[in-house]
Amino acid sequence: MPRFLELWIESLPRLLTALVEMTIPLSLLSFAIALVIAVVVALARLYAPAPLKALAWMYVQVFRGTPLVVQLFIVYFGLPGVGIELAAFPAAVITLALNTGAYASEAVRASILSIPRGQFEAAQSLNLSRAATFRTVVAPQAMRIVLPPLANDFIDLVKGTSLVFAITLIDVFQVGRQIAAATYEPLIMYTEVALIYLALVSLLSLGQNQLEKKVSAHVR
Amino acid sequence: MSADDPLRVRGLRKTFGQLVALDDVSLDVERGTTSVLLGPSGSGKSTLLRCLNLLEKPDAGSIDLGEGPIEVGGKLTTARVREIRSRSTMVFQQFNLFPHLTALGNVTLAPRENRGLSRQAAEQRGRELLEKVGLADKADSYPDRLSGGQQQRVAIARALAMDPDFLLFDEPTSALDPELAAEVVAVLSDLAAEHRTLVVVTHSLAFAKQVADRVLFLEDGKILQDGTPAEFFSSEDERLRRFREVISSV
Repeated sequence: MPRFLELWIESLPRLLTALVEMTIPLSLLSFAIALVIAVVVALARLYAPAPLKALAWMYVQVFRGTPLVVQLFIVYFGLPGVGIELAAFPAAVITLALNTGAYASEAVRASILSIPRGQFEAAQSLNLSRAATFRTVVAPQAMRIVLPPLANDFIDLVKGTSLVFAITLIDVFQVGRQIAAATYEPLIMYTEVALIYLALVSLLSLGQNQLEKKVSAHVR
Repeated sequence: MSADDPLRVRGLRKTFGQLVALDDVSLDVERGTTSVLLGPSGSGKSTLLRCLNLLEKPDAGSIDLGEGPIEVGGKLTTARVREIRSRSTMVFQQFNLFPHLTALGNVTLAPRENRGLSRQAAEQRGRELLEKVGLADKADSYPDRLSGGQQQRVAIARALAMDPDFLLFDEPTSALDPELAAEVVAVLSDLAAEHRTLVVVTHSLAFAKQVADRVLFLEDGKILQDGTPAEFFSSEDERLRRFREVISSV
């Protein structure tokens, strides 16, 4: 058996354990929170009174305008300086959620803006309340449009979790680093890690296709 | 309120920047009649219609739906807006059906949301209304699969489902081929024959001639002529004559 296969088979259980115990839960939890942030911020930027609108805009600017790894360092290493001490996992979840939420809010905002004016007017003329309009007219149509960019943001987030090794968390990448250091086989190990991410993202893409079919049932 | 009281509009004014779209417009609309608003493009006829449904917010004026005049120029509470809107429903030039819902879903959405009608009750009534507009067999079709004429008829059924006092039509046939427009005109004629109250903005002189009880001619945000179709078509007024000629020549 070639050396690389031997090493891959030997290291796979440890990598998959890190995947299941760290990378996947971190991604799912962060993305769930990011989605809530994205919808709230998008609605604030579209409909809130001016001060709130400005606040939402600033949040997007800050989290889109600075590197994720710097944000992780500020939250985990910096905030204790002002008395906010977070364990590494919650610090990672919060940072990843805020970061992805900023990007995703733009996708949500764009999807709402893409709904033709006539749809809002029809809802108004039928005397639907704003909440009912959003829930029954806007959201179902925006869903179809927001899905591809949102899937992008999710995929970015999954790959972004590989930075959490920098704040002491042990994810797939970190385990890969450890094994690479011990075996002196960085090419073989990092290629394996890359393939694991690729497989995970491919699964996500399949899920995206299924979801897109589901929310596009009405389109010929 | 008396069911016979007309819709009374007084002193309606609407400007878009420098442009005066409605210049102090007043009119009464008798219940059970079909009024047609005619006029050159930019005359304010669509704006007038949209103001009645508050899709456009007037700068000044009042609307009386039978319970006393409501000032619509000032700041209106959401409750007030919804109260006024509950009395009229608009049918749009571009149909504006909800593309993610079937024909039946379009017709039942607002009754279910606004009146808490059960799905079953709303669907039963929805099917009746679709049958009324000749689309009983299209209940489960999405708008995307319907012709323009069919879409507009679904839109009419959707408006009827709200049981409005007034049905407002904003150029309901302008986006349709003549053949498909005829389907829609037939439905409108049925509604007129049932003595529903219709206010129709149109470019169709034929419709005005055949269906209207009354023709209002607008120009530059003012009502220039208000009378029976016969009066409109026989008027010797230079502007009306010119308008009739231009419209008939297309």
